[in-house]
Amino acid sequence: MSFQINSPGEAYDVIIVGSGAGGGMASKILSEAGFSVAVVEAGGDFDPAKEEDRTQLRFPWESPRRGASTRLRPFGDFDAAIGGWDIEGEPYTKADGTEFDWFRSRMVGGRTNHWGRISLRFGPNDFKRKDIDGMGDNWPIGYDDLKPYYDKVDKLIGVFGSKEGIYNEPDGFFLPPPKPRLHELYIKKGADKMSVPVMPSRLSILTKPINNERGACFFCNQCNRACQAYADFSAGTCLVKPAMKKGKVDLYTYAMVRKVTTDAKGLATGVSYISKVDMKEYKLKSRVVVLGASACESARIMLNSKSSVHPDGLGNGSGMIGRYLHDSTGSDRMGFIPDLVDRQKYNEDGVGGMHVYTPWWLDNSKLDFARGYHIEYWGGMSMPSYGFGFGMDTIRKHIKDEFGNPGTAGGYGAGLKKDIRRYFGSMVGMSGRGECIPRYDNYCEIDNNTVDKFGIPVLKFNYTWSDQEINQAKHMQDTFEEVLTNAGAVLFGEKAGPESKYGLHAPGRIIHEVGTTRMGNDPKTSVLNSNCQSHECKNLFVVDGGSFVSQADKNPTWTILALAWRTSDHIVSELKKKNI
Amino acid sequence: MNRRENLKLLFTGSLASGLFMTGCGPEAPKEIAHAPVIGEGTKWGRTPEEMAHNAALKEDVFFTEGEMEKLNYLVDVIIPKDDVSGSATDAGVPDFIEFIVKDMPHYQTPMRGGLMWLDNQADDRFGKTFMEASTEERIQIIDDIAYPDKAKPAMSRGVKFFNTLRDLTSTGFFTSQEGFKDLDYKGNRPNVWDGIPDEVMAKHGFKLEEKYIPIYMNPDTRATLAQWDDEGNLIG
Repeated sequence: MSFQINSPGEAYDVIIVGSGAGGGMASKILSEAGFSVAVVEAGGDFDPAKEEDRTQLRFPWESPRRGASTRLRPFGDFDAAIGGWDIEGEPYTKADGTEFDWFRSRMVGGRTNHWGRISLRFGPNDFKRKDIDGMGDNWPIGYDDLKPYYDKVDKLIGVFGSKEGIYNEPDGFFLPPPKPRLHELYIKKGADKMSVPVMPSRLSILTKPINNERGACFFCNQCNRACQAYADFSAGTCLVKPAMKKGKVDLYTYAMVRKVTTDAKGLATGVSYISKVDMKEYKLKSRVVVLGASACESARIMLNSKSSVHPDGLGNGSGMIGRYLHDSTGSDRMGFIPDLVDRQKYNEDGVGGMHVYTPWWLDNSKLDFARGYHIEYWGGMSMPSYGFGFGMDTIRKHIKDEFGNPGTAGGYGAGLKKDIRRYFGSMVGMSGRGECIPRYDNYCEIDNNTVDKFGIPVLKFNYTWSDQEINQAKHMQDTFEEVLTNAGAVLFGEKAGPESKYGLHAPGRIIHEVGTTRMGNDPKTSVLNSNCQSHECKNLFVVDGGSFVSQADKNPTWTILALAWRTSDHIVSELKKKNI
Repeated sequence: MNRRENLKLLFTGSLASGLFMTGCGPEAPKEIAHAPVIGEGTKWGRTPEEMAHNAALKEDVFFTEGEMEKLNYLVDVIIPKDDVSGSATDAGVPDFIEFIVKDMPHYQTPMRGGLMWLDNQADDRFGKTFMEASTEERIQIIDDIAYPDKAKPAMSRGVKFFNTLRDLTSTGFFTSQEGFKDLDYKGNRPNVWDGIPDEVMAKHGFKLEEKYIPIYMNPDTRATLAQWDDEGNLIG
């Protein structure tokens, strides 16, 4: 299909704001149903199969900073995601005494270009936590509502894993998992001693092809750099581009949406955006508007879309937009395993991420925090980049020589060089990623005193951790220390204590923020209905993590994809019935 | 180079077969509104802003000739040539340090001050600059600051500097081609992961869990299209 620039008068069936997991899925399902779709993306085009966009399979010396992070790429110079926590000209603010760091990726595919591909279904309990612990709220839907969509997402996009039959970690349609790496077996040995389960991870990486458009993994361990063979999931390569190829989909890039436009009745009529190329404002029209700009960005657009019918922001009669913002908790620990010093060298890259992980395994009713966490593992002979070889002033004393004599801290010369060589591949680490309790008091709102470079009012964050999350982080630190010690590891640094909230990262740092436009049956306490449709504007839908009532201890992407598919099916049905 | 040629280069030999069912990936996306190419496109995925920033950093000069001379000497004391690989200067470490202190300005004063501190010490002890001092005299100063657990409290500023220099030298060396040769690094190339080599499993006393052996990724069937039965069991 040839491309045409749409004149302002020409309307699309659907405008989708954002091209990440939610927007990408909506673009695919809605275009396949025959509707004309405009995808409006704030960043540029990106295709990792193009040589000029490739950072995959590059060596550290191809970067002048040897892969160190930058403001634009906080996860390193080769990371695919362009944006970060601090984007030039796109500020956000925080209320005094609160913390929140907001990570954005300005590009087609959004943050799916670099994420860890950890693809965990929410389990039956994850939708009904209030029934279990009395805290927060239940979702208006349950696992059975979403299961068919999880199944379809598994088959469409691909995820490897093992069928385990664990009630709250539902199995799916899995591709074969890769065999564990050596440091992962040491971790498992340590975890076995304390009955912490360690099982194959579940990542959306193709260990077998699932269609003829994407290649299989060639095991370079660099999914965060985006894959030339499209062997990992990113929304651009797996959803948006295929949708553009087959359907009536126009992609608008460098287009920063300012607001959803509405008519006299308060219904959505399209969007107004500022082109980053010429800094002029443009308008697009449509029958339906779908927001998938990320939980906070979609909330911002709705709050900035004021009108006489929607004086507090579009669909915000409840005042709930921005409320219940919540991110995963995170805390980490690392060390090295002396038994791995001087190890045999071979290509250990594997897939981009851990081959094994630990799902939540305990009963919270016996603990001083209500929700669980899973544990991610890392280490081994991953490719050295900026930072490798640091810390010999403390680590080297633990590196024994061939005769078992203890080493010396610091030093220089041939002995130092030899010890770093022998040390390579012996490091291990683990990261807990847990569920926090969504609270009304954790929220983002419009900062009336600040605009970004496009003149759009920015978000102000108000977010604090409670004892629930702090106690959970303490439990993580205790677990990490025990697992590492049992694995025979020497632990680095001091154990994180109460002064650092047990190493609990600032909210936003785990980049799982959700909940700002949560779904519910009661329009007074929720923004969306159970179909992710605005209670107050029937042709407005949200397909990002904003709709989450609670985020489980699982990474949100797989649930965003399943919900976006379900929401898209509902939109198709409503459009066909002429209800919207 | 187009995508297909690109992949052809990537997947050679036995890896070449079956990765794509038809051997041809998605077409290039169609044209895009309001997305003209800015500047001259990207290189290794750089945005125009990144390219300009990197070029400006490279253009700038931080270390003086005298400081560079000291750095060249010191990095080779830290990472000398041995029978496995070359030295830090062979690996271009001074150039890396020159770039990184411009990229991360928090290094600038500690590095400049640390290099000067060496001259102060040499002057106090021997009445000459660090580089004018003899090799034995220089090593005498270095020995006083290279071992954090043994150094005298009066040497703590020097210890801190040397720790930073050791970090930057080590990381600069081991992230270079020379360093990868030294580490015998085998990764960062297309391959098929089929688990830990048997002899390594035996040496470390591990066995794979029996229950997972039938389901692990099998190199022989990794090219066939995945299919499942209704229960989610992989049948293809």
